[in-house]
Amino acid sequence: MSKTDGSERASIHFSRSTAGRVKARPTGQLCAAEKATMTELAIRATSITKKFGGFTALDNVEFELQPGEIHCLAGENGCGKSTLIKIINGVYQPEPGAHFEFSGQQSVGQISPSSAKRLGIHVIWQDLALFPDLTVAENICFDSFVAHPLKGIDSQAKIEQASKTIGELGVQLDPTARVGDLSIAKRQLVAICRVIQAEARIIFMDEPTASLTQKETETLLSIVRRLSAQGISIVFVSHRLAEVLDVCERVTVLRDGKLVGTFPTEGMTQKKLSTLMTGKELDQTPRAGEVNGDRILVLKHLTRRGEYEDISFDLRKGEILGLTGLMGSGRTEIALSIFGMTKPDSGEIRLDGQEMQFKSNRDAIDAGIAYVSEDRLNLGLDQKQSIADNTAAPVLKQLSNPSFFLSPKSIRALCDTWIDKLKTKVSDPLLPVSSLSGGNQQRIVLAKWLATEPKVLVLDSPTVGVDVGAKAGIFEIIRQLADQGMAIILISDEASEIYHNTDRTLVLKEGRISRSFKTTDVSEEELEGIINA
Amino acid sequence: MLNRLKSVEGSLLAVIVVLGLLLSLTTDSFLTVQNMFDLLNNQAVNIIFAVGLVVVLVSGGIDISFSISASVVQYVVVTLVLSMGGGNWAIGLVLAAGCGLMLGLVNAFLIHRFRIVSIIVTIGTFNLFFGLLMYFTRGRSIYNIPDWLYYRIPVLELSDASLYLPIVVAVLLAFVTWFFMTRMGFGRMIIGFGSDPEAARRSGINIAFIQAFAYGWLGLCAGIGGLMQAHIVQEVVPNALYGRELEILAAVVLGGAVLGGGRGTVIGAILGVMLLAVVQNGLNLLGITPFAFKAIVGIIILMAITATNIDRLLPKRSTKVEG
Repeated sequence: MSKTDGSERASIHFSRSTAGRVKARPTGQLCAAEKATMTELAIRATSITKKFGGFTALDNVEFELQPGEIHCLAGENGCGKSTLIKIINGVYQPEPGAHFEFSGQQSVGQISPSSAKRLGIHVIWQDLALFPDLTVAENICFDSFVAHPLKGIDSQAKIEQASKTIGELGVQLDPTARVGDLSIAKRQLVAICRVIQAEARIIFMDEPTASLTQKETETLLSIVRRLSAQGISIVFVSHRLAEVLDVCERVTVLRDGKLVGTFPTEGMTQKKLSTLMTGKELDQTPRAGEVNGDRILVLKHLTRRGEYEDISFDLRKGEILGLTGLMGSGRTEIALSIFGMTKPDSGEIRLDGQEMQFKSNRDAIDAGIAYVSEDRLNLGLDQKQSIADNTAAPVLKQLSNPSFFLSPKSIRALCDTWIDKLKTKVSDPLLPVSSLSGGNQQRIVLAKWLATEPKVLVLDSPTVGVDVGAKAGIFEIIRQLADQGMAIILISDEASEIYHNTDRTLVLKEGRISRSFKTTDVSEEELEGIINA
Repeated sequence: MLNRLKSVEGSLLAVIVVLGLLLSLTTDSFLTVQNMFDLLNNQAVNIIFAVGLVVVLVSGGIDISFSISASVVQYVVVTLVLSMGGGNWAIGLVLAAGCGLMLGLVNAFLIHRFRIVSIIVTIGTFNLFFGLLMYFTRGRSIYNIPDWLYYRIPVLELSDASLYLPIVVAVLLAFVTWFFMTRMGFGRMIIGFGSDPEAARRSGINIAFIQAFAYGWLGLCAGIGGLMQAHIVQEVVPNALYGRELEILAAVVLGGAVLGGGRGTVIGAILGVMLLAVVQNGLNLLGITPFAFKAIVGIIILMAITATNIDRLLPKRSTKVEG
């Protein structure tokens, strides 16, 4: 690779001039005349094909990025987004025939990771790739250590350098803090400072908002806008379509390794975008909101100091109740008490008319309550264990009756039933869970809890990090379960999820119920406003 | 991070000073030039091992084979120089360093090339090296070592007590290690690699080189340490250093290094060695039976580790989790 680097350096001169922000064209397609005037594209990549063995991950894809543009790369998991990012960053090499142009300079057929860095192309991966044991300043300046390993370090100078970058970005970070001690949101800012310090001109951000709260997301997006105003191009990958439409000027959609097209976000709706991504019209009719089943779960004046106060509501069989509010509003804390993991200070929980005193979540599970946690991929599944063992984990006791020993056959039968019911794509239930895609892992978590045959199912943010097609599939299952009479509490801060999938909505604010209404009494936009108020 | 580690080092230093004061008051022999020099002469080899080991720990690995490497190096170097007709310090040091480096690189190669966890690899090489050493030597010691190695070289003489060469070597190696770990970009790369190997790989760090360096440097230190140990005890006994690795490991962990990598300092490692040394020395002077030493040292290590972890455990909410 290093042989070709020299020649590339000769042919590509990346202009550092901050060209003014070029607004996206109002139409999605570019006519020939327009192309001629736009020679200064930040990236123009054509005929990108990538095969892994017999599998074509990318099929003749084209990608264009303007200087200072915020561009979204959209598509379901496995559509080829990450492959495209890796090719543009030189991690993977495309099949012969590919062409790249950077800032209108002569085209090249190949990029190496080092030439990508020289061109100012940087990626902020979802896991950020920071060093938790180093300080903020050391993380921000890390690339200089790698570039000059034998050079002495002037710690004070590094701190000043980092402070300058932090200041330019207009964020609050202590350069001497240890990165491991920072919140995810702050780490995200460190990662951004790090690429800015490395003089990035084009930044790819992979799911930057997946683990941020609403407020943190807003801060991040405002920084993204500021960078774009300085002429830095940002390519954004996110499953949160609302965000994509809000911040991006154009969106490139990939489906099954093929380019669907590049579209301006003006006039694009979430529904249209998800149709482009999945190739399917998603059924999104709101629920009726009239449920006449028996009251199954009743909460009366439930209080746990410092977490929530005076929470009263009831839940009927067959009902989906939306529990929403900002992070820290008490939504997860209430769920944990219903699930017996924390003890309320006062108030009562009644299940089927009987007052419940859970000593641990084992009691709650036995009583018929299931809770799918927020960080389900880590807390909800044992990634290394097989799919079958994961499904059977909460019901091992039942399976081993009446004989003391577990029979692999009964585990297998249980697993097969649920795989079938939830339409999970599993090649072999004996494979580890980690072999499944995010959406299918999600179904296994659901299967695991549904195997306990719960009366009440609490779902805490069930679609975080799941793409739009898989989301639709999961909600279809949830709605079916409700139709079969299960009572469901859906915790989410995404207005569209609550709007389309619940009968009633409770809005929490600072640990109290601030509003309670039939979901269809408001519009989706109103709901959005209520949640973020 | 700096503040935190400083606090580990600071508290270690404080404990050593308090212990020293107590021992000075309760015994008449602790605070004497003779005892201080003995302490330093005896700990020089341990310090050399510790500063090598801390680099491996910071890089996220572990190595328990180094004490055996040191024994192998002693044997090989002494046998070689004897066959050459005696040799001298320069030849001896170069041979010891080179030989140790090679043994360290064997570990690095196995760990990197075959992606085997470092503790497994070094348990393997520990047994392999020791087994080969015992096989070829039949467990025989060498008492007839060359003159240059036999006669101790005093570097400082004060009222009949002498400080010998090994402590100078230890200080030099400690300084070099401290310098590249804290004052060079390279050191940050090692810390970064130990902190998050995947992030390091993505930053374009040559991981093979970092690992080769870490284990190689420990090997080099082990080789030189082995030669120094032979110089102090004036003989080469194949199983003399057997078991030393765990003592050093405990001392380095006591000094703030973390088995997961990313944390640990040269100064902390030295203080860890010195704390254990002062404790042993004190127990000795107080006339406590040597049979109790190990137990007391064990209690100190457990107490220290618990103390550093307790603040991390306290804020956690206690909840029952099942299912």
